[in-house]
Amino acid sequence: MSKEQTSNKELIRLKDLVMEFDGERILDGINLYFNDHEFLTLLGPSGCGKTTTLRIIGGFLTPTSGDVLFDGKCINDEPPYKRQINTVFQRYALFPHLNVFDNIAFGLKVAKLPKDEIQARVHEILDIVGLQGFEHRHIDKLSGGQQQRVAIARALVNRPKVLLLDEPLAALDLRLRKDMQNELKRIQQAMGITFIYVTHDQEEALSMSDTVVVMDKGRIQQIGKPEDIYNEPKNAFVADFIGESNILDGVMLEDYKVKFFGRTFKCLDAGFEKNEPVDVVIRPEDIDFVPPEEGHLIGTVTSVTFKGLNYDIIVDFKGFKWLIQTTDHQPEGATVGIRLNPEDIHVMHKSEYSGMFGDYSSYSAEYDELTEDAADEEE
Amino acid sequence: MKKNKSVLLSAPYILWMVIFTLIPLCVVLYYALTDVETGAFSVKNMENLVLYLPAFWRSILYSLVSALICLVIGYPVAYYMAHCSPTAQKFLYMLVMLPMCMSFLLRTLAWVGLLQDTGIINNFLDMLGLPRLSLIRTPGAVILGMVYNYLPYMILPLYSIIVKIDHRLIEAAEDLGCNGVQVFARVVLPLSMPGILSGITMVFVPAVSTFYISNKLGSTDIVLIGDIIERQFKQGDNANMGAALSLLLMILVFVCTGIMNRFGGDEEGGVPV
Amino acid sequence: MRKANRIITILIFIFLYAPMAVLILASFNTGKDITQFEGFTFMRYVEVFQDRSLLTLLGNSLIISILSSAIATVFGTFSAVGIQRLGPKMRKTVMGLTNIPMTNPDIVTGISLSLLFVFVGSKMLGQRNSLTFWTLLIAHITFNLPYVILNVMPKLQQMDNSLVEAAMDLGCTPTQSFFKVTLPEIMPGIISGAIMSFTMSLDDFVISYFVTGLDFITLPVEIYNYTKKQLQPKIYAMFTMLFLLIFVLMVVMNLLQLRQEKADRARKGG
Repeated sequence: MSKEQTSNKELIRLKDLVMEFDGERILDGINLYFNDHEFLTLLGPSGCGKTTTLRIIGGFLTPTSGDVLFDGKCINDEPPYKRQINTVFQRYALFPHLNVFDNIAFGLKVAKLPKDEIQARVHEILDIVGLQGFEHRHIDKLSGGQQQRVAIARALVNRPKVLLLDEPLAALDLRLRKDMQNELKRIQQAMGITFIYVTHDQEEALSMSDTVVVMDKGRIQQIGKPEDIYNEPKNAFVADFIGESNILDGVMLEDYKVKFFGRTFKCLDAGFEKNEPVDVVIRPEDIDFVPPEEGHLIGTVTSVTFKGLNYDIIVDFKGFKWLIQTTDHQPEGATVGIRLNPEDIHVMHKSEYSGMFGDYSSYSAEYDELTEDAADEEE
Repeated sequence: MKKNKSVLLSAPYILWMVIFTLIPLCVVLYYALTDVETGAFSVKNMENLVLYLPAFWRSILYSLVSALICLVIGYPVAYYMAHCSPTAQKFLYMLVMLPMCMSFLLRTLAWVGLLQDTGIINNFLDMLGLPRLSLIRTPGAVILGMVYNYLPYMILPLYSIIVKIDHRLIEAAEDLGCNGVQVFARVVLPLSMPGILSGITMVFVPAVSTFYISNKLGSTDIVLIGDIIERQFKQGDNANMGAALSLLLMILVFVCTGIMNRFGGDEEGGVPV
Repeated sequence: MRKANRIITILIFIFLYAPMAVLILASFNTGKDITQFEGFTFMRYVEVFQDRSLLTLLGNSLIISILSSAIATVFGTFSAVGIQRLGPKMRKTVMGLTNIPMTNPDIVTGISLSLLFVFVGSKMLGQRNSLTFWTLLIAHITFNLPYVILNVMPKLQQMDNSLVEAAMDLGCTPTQSFFKVTLPEIMPGIISGAIMSFTMSLDDFVISYFVTGLDFITLPVEIYNYTKKQLQPKIYAMFTMLFLLIFVLMVVMNLLQLRQEKADRARKGG
C-alpha cells in the first residue's frame, strides 16, 4: 500500500498487524504509516477493525502478531501511560468527580509538573479550544460540544506527538458536528501534531483529512487523499461506502475502452489486461438526462424522491436500476435517455466485493433477472 | 486489554471464603457423620433426624404463613411508599429500616410485655371491663413475632421493585381499557414478582431458623427447629446431632431459595439489606 | 384505594413502632416491670453510665463492629476489583461463594464457624479455649465481606471502563488510575457497604452467640443472657439512647443525601 503525501517524516508504522479475539480475526495484516503533522482518518463500517487499530496504537490492546513502531522503535509492550500518544475517547470519558480544570490538569498532575506550569498550560489550552472561564464548571454542567472540547483539551495539554480520536463527534447533533469538524481541523493545524481519527461517517472523513484509510473486514481497502478516494475508488466496497455509486459489470476491451450494458464506452482508465472483467462505477451526480433519442442508454423512471438540493431518481435500464441525482425533474414513468462522458466513467478491478454493491434495485424483483447475456442482447 | 494483574486481588478473598464458609460446612458434615461419644463414623445422627421431622414441619409451616402475612400486609405499604414524593419515600424507607438496626431481642421482649397474661394489652382490656385474652404461648404469638421481626425484609425489596415500575406502563394499560383492578392484576403484580419472590425468601430464611422468638413467645410444646439446634449446642446436649440438624436446615433453605430463584430468573441472588 | 393503602401503612408503622415505644417508655419507669408504669424517672440513664460492665460490653460491640467493618471494607473493595476481572465462569462461582453466607441462615453460619474454630483449636492445636476475640472478629469479617462485595460490584460494573483507560492514557500506572479514578467513582458503593456491614455487625446476635467465647462478649449476646432473667431497666435506657443515636444518624444521612441530590439536579438542570 502506498500513498502520496507531504514530505513530513514518518512517525508511526504498523507492520503486518494481526489481531484475534477468541479465534476471530479482527485485523488481518494491517500495514500503514503515519507522518508527522498528518490528519489521517480510519474510515469504515462498524466492525471493520478501525477502533481496534486505534486501540493498538494507544496501547490498550496488544496485537496478536505484527509490530507497532514509534519513531522506528517497537512499542508493542509499552503500556499506554508510557506512550507519547493521547486519546480522545468515544464518549469522552471525562472524570465525573473532577471539574473542567482538574480534568484537563489530570495528566500534568500525574507527571508532577510544577503548579504554576500546570496553571499556565491549562489556560493556554483552554484558550485554544475556546473554553476560557469554564475552569471551575462541573463537567455535568457542560453541553455535549463543550464536553468534547474538554476531552480534546485534556489530551492535548500533555503535548502528545499523536492524538487519537475515536468517533469523537458521534454523540453530537448534526449542526454541532459540522462546527466541531472545522474546529478540529483548526486545532490540528494550530498545534501542528498528528491526528489519527476514527469514524464511520464518510463525509466527516472526506472533509477533514489529509489522508483517508478505508477499512473493511480487518483489511485496508484503500489509502489516499479524499479526492482520490472519491474519484478513483479501488473496488466496489470503497465505491459504495464513499458516496453513492452505480456499479456495473463490464469488460475492459483495451486501454481507454470499456464495454458494459452491451455498449462500448470511452473512458480515462488504462493499465488493465485485454478483455479483463471489471467493475464500472458511475456516480449518480455525474449523470445528466438527454432526450431519449440522443441517449447512450434509454430507460424508464420508476421513482422520484425530492431531496432538497436535488432529486433522487431511480431509472430502470432494462431491469438494472440506476440512481441518478439531478436537479432536472422527471415524472415517474417517463422515458429518459442518458449520455456518459469518458470522465464520468471509472473502471475498477474485480474484487471480493464485486456484485455485492452498487445496484438500486432493492425495491424490485427484477434484480435476479439481470445477467450479462441479457445486457449483451441489447447491442 | 493486557492480562491484568489485578485479577490476583480476588485470590485472598477466594481463599478467605473457602476457609471460612466452605470448609466450616465440611466440618458440619464431619460432625454430623460422627458419633458424639466415640467420634467414630456413624449415620446414627442422620437416622435420628426423623425424630425431629415434626419440628421441621412446624418451622416450615409457621415461617411460610409468616411470609405470606408479610406479603399481604407489606405490599400495600410498599406500594404506598413507592407513590409518595421522593422526600417522603426517603423518610418512610428510613422508618422501615430503623427497626432492623435495633436489638431484635429487646423488641421481641417488648412483645412479651404486650401479650403476657398480665401484660399491657390485657391490662388495657381489663380497664375497659373486657375479659382477658390468653395471647402469649400460642402459635399465633410466634407467627406474630416472626411477622413483626421480618416484615421490613419484605417491604424493602417490594418497594425497590415497585418504585422502578415505569408509570407509562400503567397509563398504557389504562389506555388499553384496564380498570384499576385489572391494571394491578395484569401489569403491576406481574412486574413486582421479583420483589415478591425475594421478599418471601428474605422473610422465610430467618423465620425458619429462628430460635429466640419461639422461645419467648411460644409455649413449651411449640418447639421450632432453631430451638432444638440451639439446645444441642448451647446446653451441651449433642453437638453432632445439632450439626446433622443444621445440615438439613441448610439444605432446606438452599432448596427453597433455589426454587425461588428459578421462579424469578434472578441470577445474583436476593437483595441485600 | 390510595386512602386504604394509607390507613394500612399507618397501622403497619404503629405495629412496627409500638413495641419500641413500650421499651422507651419503660426506660423512664421507676418500677422494674415493663407492664406497669409506676412513675417517671431519669434514674435509669444515670445507672447506665455508672455500670462499668455495661459500658465495657458496649465498647466491645463497637470495637468488633468498627474493626470488622473497616477490614471487610478495605479487603472487600480490593477483592471486588479482582472479581470483576475474572472470567465469566469463575466470577459466577465466586459470586455463588459470596452468596453462601447471605443465603445461609445465621444459625448455620454461626454453628459452622464455631465448629471450625473448636475443631481446629481443640482437636488440632490442643487449645482449651478456642473461641476468642480473634475468632469473633474473623466471623464478623466473614459475614461482612459479602455486604461490601455486593455493594461495590454493581458500581464497578456501571463504571465506564474507558475512564480507567483515559487515566492510563494520561500517564497513570494501573495502580495510580485505581486510586485517582476508580476509587472516587465507586466510593458511594464502598460507603454504603461499610455502613451496612457496620450496622449488621453491631446488631448481630445469632452468629456472635455461637462464636463468642468467655473472655470477650458483645452487648447483644449479653442482653440475651440478661433476658433469661428479669431484665434490669437500665437496659431499656440503653436501648432508648441507641435508638435516638441511630435515628439521628439516619436523619442526618438522609438530609445529606437529599442535599447532594438537589445539588446534582441543579447541576444537570443548569
